[in-house]
Amino acid sequence: MPNKPTISQEHLAYLHGKKLYRKRVVAAQILLLIGFIAFWEVAAALRWIDPFIASQPTRIVKTLISLHREGTLYHHIGVTVLETVAGFTLGTIMGTVIAIALWWSDFLAEVLDPYLVVINSLPKVALGPILIVWLGQGMRAIVTMALFVSLIVTIIGVYTGFSQVDENKIKLLKSFGASKMQILQKVILPASVPTIISALKINVGLSWVGAIVGEFLVSRAGLGYLIVYGGQVFRLDLVMASVIILCIAAALMYQLVIIFEKIVLKWQ
Amino acid sequence: MRAETLVRIENVSKTYHSPEGEISALQDISLNIAEGEFVSIVGPSGCGKSTLLNIIAGLVEPSAGAVYIKGQEVTGPTSLVGYMPQSDQLFEWRTIWRNVLLGLEVLNKVNSDTKLQAEKMLRTYGLYEFRKAYPSQLSGGMRQRAALIRTLAINPEILLLDEAFSALDYQTRLVVADEVKQIITRENKTAVLVTHDISEAISMADRVVVLTKRPGKIKNIHQVVLTCESHTPIGCREAVEFRDYFNKIWKELDVHAE
Ligand SMILES: Nc1ncnc2c1ncn2[C@@H]1O[C@H](COP(=O)(O)OP(=O)(O)OP(=O)(O)O)[C@@H](O)[C@H]1O
Ligand SMILES: [Mg+2]
Repeated sequence: MPNKPTISQEHLAYLHGKKLYRKRVVAAQILLLIGFIAFWEVAAALRWIDPFIASQPTRIVKTLISLHREGTLYHHIGVTVLETVAGFTLGTIMGTVIAIALWWSDFLAEVLDPYLVVINSLPKVALGPILIVWLGQGMRAIVTMALFVSLIVTIIGVYTGFSQVDENKIKLLKSFGASKMQILQKVILPASVPTIISALKINVGLSWVGAIVGEFLVSRAGLGYLIVYGGQVFRLDLVMASVIILCIAAALMYQLVIIFEKIVLKWQ
Repeated sequence: MRAETLVRIENVSKTYHSPEGEISALQDISLNIAEGEFVSIVGPSGCGKSTLLNIIAGLVEPSAGAVYIKGQEVTGPTSLVGYMPQSDQLFEWRTIWRNVLLGLEVLNKVNSDTKLQAEKMLRTYGLYEFRKAYPSQLSGGMRQRAALIRTLAINPEILLLDEAFSALDYQTRLVVADEVKQIITRENKTAVLVTHDISEAISMADRVVVLTKRPGKIKNIHQVVLTCESHTPIGCREAVEFRDYFNKIWKELDVHAE
């Protein structure tokens, strides 16, 4: 068991220097943000830029407050978050399941390979109008869009992860007489948890794209809808406010995935 | 000679087929391994050593000939054979305890009896306190011991070690080879070791089998008799005969001396 080593004076100084440096980085980051907001505010107040087009921090805050008072804000956030979460969860699960099928059958993997390559290079949002015609002008089309955006990337990423599992580990299991199902359960899946989680991380970002584009095309609610609507009626305050909320929501969701990762990968 | 024959390798040949052509990896190998014997196999790189082990383990089918363990023809992996692949291959996401149970899990043989056996081995070989640790928290030597216990837990008749120590640094490698040899002797197991290291082959084995370059045929078999006080691999390296064996095998492996 590791015993606590006594820390030398020199090492203390080193640690102190490290901490100080870290503090300076954080301070600079905060200053940069405050500076940007202050400059924006002043520039708009002094009419260097047109606040009607470029908006203004104080106006954005006012818009946020009134949206909050009306109570509609949370409905819009909820709709978009739901679409995104549904999109990336389904995308990750379905992608992993299809990757398992490809791993199971080399024949299937080889047959589908060119199709995956082509679909992967296709910008998925181009399918938007088709999805709307097929699934209607609602959430279903948007969730499907969010799912599509991440699905193929997940299949390719996770399948590659499966194929990179150490041959020797598989051989070890085979030497015990393991069946294909046991190899999947005992080595392929657990060894690929890091790959699946990194797919999840990418999918969070991609699903936001899918959900927002979907809302641009059809919806009557959600942050994407607010952004399009604000643009159409020239309420740039509303657009900016929605974009900022989107930033925060996306960052929070990413953090949740990171926490999830830490819990799952505790052995690392 | 000790006890009776455990493994009979009869005229085994292996040809691999690939789009680039066919490769004859092994040709007409015949060898008997006695119960409790330790056999090392050396040979030039690519001569089919791993192929031979894989055939004994039932992981690869021979193109001709057959292998019999306890008189039964090998047709697939069985729990008679414990296979130790290159480096320990412990699963990083499993604790040491769950790693040790891996083989039993696959064989559906996890019960209070086998668990008790595994626990006993962990205690005997100094890993009990680490049963809840993950492999990354253990030293190279401890990991190798855990891997060996994982193999022994299924109670195989014969252990096959394919360059099992090659991932370790030289110092650790000597110590681990010592430990593994002691454990194998103590558990009364038969073992076949494939290695590139001539000294390792001589110091651990009762017999050293030298293969020719591809296609691998048996070139020579050396019965190793060393006069040394401590019969550990490290101690055996001190024996006067050691040099002779080393030089002979070295010459036999020399690619220029055909
Ligand atoms: N699955 C396979 N398909 C085709 N050829 C193979 C296959 N496995 C091994 N070979 C070839 O057969 C020959 C013997 O391989 P093998 O791995 O048994 O040799 P080795 O003596 O263990 O080599 P090394 O010393 O490098 O470990 C090599 O030329 C190798 O390229
Ligand atoms: Mg080999």
